[in-house]
Amino acid sequence: MSRWLTDPILAVEHLSMRFGGLVAVNDVSFCVGRGDITALIGPNGAGKTTVFNCITGFYKPTQGRLAFAREGRADAAEVRALTNTGKRHARLPSGDIYLLERMPDHEIAAKARVARTFQNIRLFGGMTALENLVVAQHNALMRASGWSLLGLIGAPSWRRAEASAIEKARAWLARIGLEERADDPAAALPYGDQRRLEIARAMCSEPALLCLDEPAAGLNPRESAQLGDLLRLIRDEHATSILIIEHDMSVVMKISDHVVVLDYGALISDGTPDFVRNDPHVIAAYLGVSDAAEAEQVVAEISGEARP
Amino acid sequence: METFLQQLINGVTLGSIYGLIAIGYTMVFGIIGMVNFAHGDVFMVSTFIALIAFLALTTLLGIPSIFLALLLVMIIAMVMTSVWSWAIERIAYRPLRGSFRLAPLISAIGMSIFLMNFVQVAQGPRNKPLPPMLNEVIYLMGEPGAANAVTIAWRQIIIIAATAILLAIFWYVVQKTSLGRAQRAVEQDRKMAALLGVDVDRTVSITFVIGAMLAAVAGTLYLLQYGVVRFDDGFIPGVKAFTAAVLGGIGSIPGAVLGGLLIGLIEVMWAAYVSSDYKNVAAFSVLVVVLIFMPSGLLGRPEVEKV
Repeated sequence: MSRWLTDPILAVEHLSMRFGGLVAVNDVSFCVGRGDITALIGPNGAGKTTVFNCITGFYKPTQGRLAFAREGRADAAEVRALTNTGKRHARLPSGDIYLLERMPDHEIAAKARVARTFQNIRLFGGMTALENLVVAQHNALMRASGWSLLGLIGAPSWRRAEASAIEKARAWLARIGLEERADDPAAALPYGDQRRLEIARAMCSEPALLCLDEPAAGLNPRESAQLGDLLRLIRDEHATSILIIEHDMSVVMKISDHVVVLDYGALISDGTPDFVRNDPHVIAAYLGVSDAAEAEQVVAEISGEARP
Repeated sequence: METFLQQLINGVTLGSIYGLIAIGYTMVFGIIGMVNFAHGDVFMVSTFIALIAFLALTTLLGIPSIFLALLLVMIIAMVMTSVWSWAIERIAYRPLRGSFRLAPLISAIGMSIFLMNFVQVAQGPRNKPLPPMLNEVIYLMGEPGAANAVTIAWRQIIIIAATAILLAIFWYVVQKTSLGRAQRAVEQDRKMAALLGVDVDRTVSITFVIGAMLAAVAGTLYLLQYGVVRFDDGFIPGVKAFTAAVLGGIGSIPGAVLGGLLIGLIEVMWAAYVSSDYKNVAAFSVLVVVLIFMPSGLLGRPEVEKV
């Protein structure tokens, strides 16, 4: 059985989001596997970003449960028990579990440790590349610096914390190939570097789940390849699961372990990249025909035409 | 030449005080995009706290050393003014954070009026004097008593030195500590900073507290320089400091200090060489001219429209 079913880090169950009369997401259920790269794809307006915004707390879902089992597989009965208590967090023998639909965005980031990036780049442009990565370690640093009071007198504990934060930031800069530009303002970096810096910044906050909204948008093929390498490196060397919205199918098919396809707010396919690529429903959605039978017909026609 | 040097010393003294207050305006504007009109009155409250603390320390406790007393007064004023400013932010601004842009502005004007009237009722409407002190002067040029002598009073040395030390500490906090980094991050993108684990509300509170601390130092120094305070003393210095912040480029901390020094110098030079009647007009005229030709101030970043 697939990893996303046996050990999901996030279980999206019957998620619906309505804006007035518009149903943006309609009863969507899928799982994000622990340690997987999961891609969320679909034509424009399919509701991908809305699902993202529900997971990261930007929207409060109209309906549905988002059970986030950070450390280990959660027992279904215990998740149900937590749901019934009305609380948002429980510590189970297997680890912490959070119900994301009950939490505001900054708590999802700080407590559940779900990090996200946006479609547009939101680096702190006026701060240096290095500072951007250190800010993401703010909470740990503030505790170590005694709310900056120890920092003022240069206490050793603060110096150590500061030094290790900078070391970690430098290690990430090295990984994305930007050591040389550590002290340049983030806004002065090329677009592709900014994208990777943003992902490195999210990783500096040590997330359990990293949500990336179209990270390859606007990248040239070389930059896309670098991005793919970075994401695979994160998956292989860190205990971070990745959920990614992406339009660039070459990136999606190359890096993802699991692909979830939405169309018109509903789930139409869910499986491995190979399975999804050959699923007539997906082909139908991307070609803009209404049902699978018609899609098969179109596919047959296309392949027929392609043959000389 | 001698007059010019003398006025330069006087101008830098006055400008230091304006600069310290201006930082409070510029930081708050930078972080939440709001002009804190009550900041001048927070400064005024701090002068009263300093006055009361000074009288209590010297007459009741009988601290002999004036420098020690001054140091203690400064610390007491900083702590108590911080509490005031923290409470003002909590009560009058934070609940309105999600509201329309003008709401906190109006709330700030209300706070300003409240503080002024509160002090008027609690402390009376008349000038509150402090016995002159630290009037001994050092002759830099010329003979004692000569008309063209250039002098600097001890209190002026203290004002300039205290300002320089405070600015150095403050600069270190903003540039080198995680608190300062968080502040700059919140200033640039509040939502993103929150998502990276920065507690935005707390960062804003701390910004108000730091602004108040610098205003309290300014208040203590102002009291030392002029020796009298009154309930409406927050208004003119407050407006001048705000002018200094705008002149230097609002949102820019070095700009606030530069603007403060310039406003202090313009005011003093105008009074010395032209007429003391129109010194405020001179200061504000410079502001108008600068804003026409450099709308984002001397050191401000121009607003770049994103495309």
